[in-house]
Amino acid sequence: MATASVASHSGAAHDHHDHEHHDNFITKYIFSTDHKMIGKQFLITGMFWAIIGGLLSLIFRLQLGFPEMDMSFMKPILGGWIDETGTLDPEFYLALVTMHGTIMVFFVLTAGLSGTFSNYLIPLQIGARDMASGFMNMLSYWFFFVSGVIMFISLFIETGPAAGGWVVYPPLSALEQAIPGSGLGMTLWLISMTFFIASSLLGGINYITTVINLRTKGMSFSRLPLTIWAFFLTAVIGLLSFPVLFSAALLLVFDRSFGTSFYLADIYIGGEALPNTGGSPVLYQHLFWFLGHPEVYIVLLPALGITSEIIATNSRKPIFGYKAMIISMLGITILSFVVWAHHMFVSGMNPFLGSIFMFLTLIIAIPSAVKVFNYLTTLWRGNLIFTPGMLFSIGLVSFFISGGLTGIFLGNSAIDIQLHDTYFVVAHFHLVMGSASFFGLMAGVYHWFPKMFGRMMDAKLGYIHFWATFIGVYLVFFPMHYIGIAGFPRRYYTWTGFEFSNMYTDLNMFVSIAAILTFGAQLIFLFNFFYSMYRGRVAPLNPWRSNTLEWTTPLHPGHGNWPGEIPSVYRWPYDYSKPGAPEDFIPQTVPLSATPESNLPHEQELVKLEKEIIAEEEAVLVANESTNS
Amino acid sequence: MEEKFAYIEGAEQPISMHPKKFALWLFIVTVVMIFASLTSAYIVRQAEGNWLEFQLPDIFYYTSGIIILSSITLHFAYVSAKKDELSKVRLGMILTSVLGLAFLVGQWYSWVALVDRDVFFVGNPAGSFLYVFTGLHALHLISGVIFLIIVLISSFRYKVHSKNMDTMEMCVTYWHFLGGLWLYLFMFLLLNH
Repeated sequence: MATASVASHSGAAHDHHDHEHHDNFITKYIFSTDHKMIGKQFLITGMFWAIIGGLLSLIFRLQLGFPEMDMSFMKPILGGWIDETGTLDPEFYLALVTMHGTIMVFFVLTAGLSGTFSNYLIPLQIGARDMASGFMNMLSYWFFFVSGVIMFISLFIETGPAAGGWVVYPPLSALEQAIPGSGLGMTLWLISMTFFIASSLLGGINYITTVINLRTKGMSFSRLPLTIWAFFLTAVIGLLSFPVLFSAALLLVFDRSFGTSFYLADIYIGGEALPNTGGSPVLYQHLFWFLGHPEVYIVLLPALGITSEIIATNSRKPIFGYKAMIISMLGITILSFVVWAHHMFVSGMNPFLGSIFMFLTLIIAIPSAVKVFNYLTTLWRGNLIFTPGMLFSIGLVSFFISGGLTGIFLGNSAIDIQLHDTYFVVAHFHLVMGSASFFGLMAGVYHWFPKMFGRMMDAKLGYIHFWATFIGVYLVFFPMHYIGIAGFPRRYYTWTGFEFSNMYTDLNMFVSIAAILTFGAQLIFLFNFFYSMYRGRVAPLNPWRSNTLEWTTPLHPGHGNWPGEIPSVYRWPYDYSKPGAPEDFIPQTVPLSATPESNLPHEQELVKLEKEIIAEEEAVLVANESTNS
Repeated sequence: MEEKFAYIEGAEQPISMHPKKFALWLFIVTVVMIFASLTSAYIVRQAEGNWLEFQLPDIFYYTSGIIILSSITLHFAYVSAKKDELSKVRLGMILTSVLGLAFLVGQWYSWVALVDRDVFFVGNPAGSFLYVFTGLHALHLISGVIFLIIVLISSFRYKVHSKNMDTMEMCVTYWHFLGGLWLYLFMFLLLNH
């Protein structure tokens, strides 16, 4: 890949490592333990899954927008799922929706986003040589890879992949007789998710350990870039919630394959009672949503962290309310664990319990609003530089607002009972969770591409990509609010069969066309990505004039990131446009003593202390060198 | 204000804990979450009624005794390792491993006792949960025994001593945790069955 040119560019970097060895193809690109390569592996795999997930959605959008359409042209790929008259099999429609959800939520926005950027940025931004355990990190990727392979295989089996929705509620998912997708497809789904959980936990343990233990000198928690705070809290959420999904899945496996009755009770099929008694399907919902809700923030927080960093850099202003940002992320982390039952208002739960969960849910609006206002106030009167990464970050803020507002509606149990499982919900979470996180991912790719591959992506193509996607996303998801308020349920195969909804056929046609165009716009990105990898302009060392540590590494950092000593950190990462400073940014590695012209009074007092520490360190260094020679 | 904190922390080495030990603690957190979710699932399900009442096997009292004993012998091995008394370390480790295996055998017989009482894995969730708790715990315990044996082998290779306690300490942490986890599960079952 692009890093093939590493050797020629960073020859100097290599000499400094006493344990440097020349990697062959396999240890370098496949079984790599270098966090940077693992991050790229997650990114490329995530992109692969994003394409698959996107294509699946196009198929069901075609069905929804053009129900009379002859789909025979897709027969070469879909085979028997398209019958002789060219209509899509309704069972396969369910499988498409399920797989689209599973793939996008877990493989693209969890592994592809958090996996990519946590791996890539944590060591680079905190000043570490690598993750705490490179081997565990490698395992994390390969567990994800195996999980993906199994899920991919399940797309092609005769009975089709899992089809009970990405939430796979029993009894639908527990009984093979229920739908074809609940047979082998569901089994493969469960196996795949088990690997995925293992992968997430291995990754998460590594991220937390690394952030806590391997920060460079001077990198206190109050100087961490907000990206790292976000990745750290994301890992904490994952560590606490993925084991619960494992429990839920384990009991489901027992119900499916061993005949237990954790979730099954009093079911009759064709007049025959099943032997299962005493199970509780609501129990599954509790267990699932205990992961499922925090998962929303696992997906969103990294995107918010990336956005904080990019908006501050490209506004040439310190992030507004650094501490408020951290506290609101902490608040979101904690609250994310106590709101799960707002997904279950219609499950027959006690209405009093419902109002408690409603209350807790609405509280999340507070930290979310704090974050939005901080983004806006950071942008306010900044020296805005509209790089593609910046545009995508602003796009995220836009989706976070427009999608977040509908969350306030849905959080109210009284309104949710009307809107539950309609397209209103689909519109809500695709904006606030799907599109916002996707834009965070894109912003991150545009912003850190120069660090990842040493070349710049083409900005003009980036602008086209941004505007096409931004407008496209609103065209796709905004009309869905209306369809949802009109009462059309999600996951239904067709609109035309019902009197109340067949008047929306033209709106659906519109949404489907917009979806196809938006997907098409992603091809511009793919071209830009792979073309720039090889042919892009060679990047300067610090293309965005940013403060954080990753821009102090060589253009193609080797395994170990910094040739020689790891730089120390003397200030927070948001010293942009500091009054008095000659440049509009002061990297974290510049000591306060070197910038007397821009120091604030309290910083000036710290200069003396800093000088003492530096003198002490130098004494140690000299002593070390004399013993070595 | 940030700067003030920074200097207090910045003055010392940021490496505060052995990364692998820290990772082990995080792993323990994930195991805690699994059992926390399962035991709360148990309570939620129990509250819905249609719950089979049965006597817990008495053998659980013996296995609990065994697991406490194994923690004591492991602590003996740990203290001996700190004093560099290698033969005592080996003795302690062997005893702990044997007790660990004895615990597993005991758990197996608890399943036999359950079957004798007509409580099966397949049937009322009251019984199924019991099998899941003990089975999943036993699975973790097997990993613990493997860890014990690894430390035992490295003690024969003179790799466990007062200057090289990291693996030993991790093993001790994990084993005590597994013992504590069983005691928690047993208490939970006594109070909630």
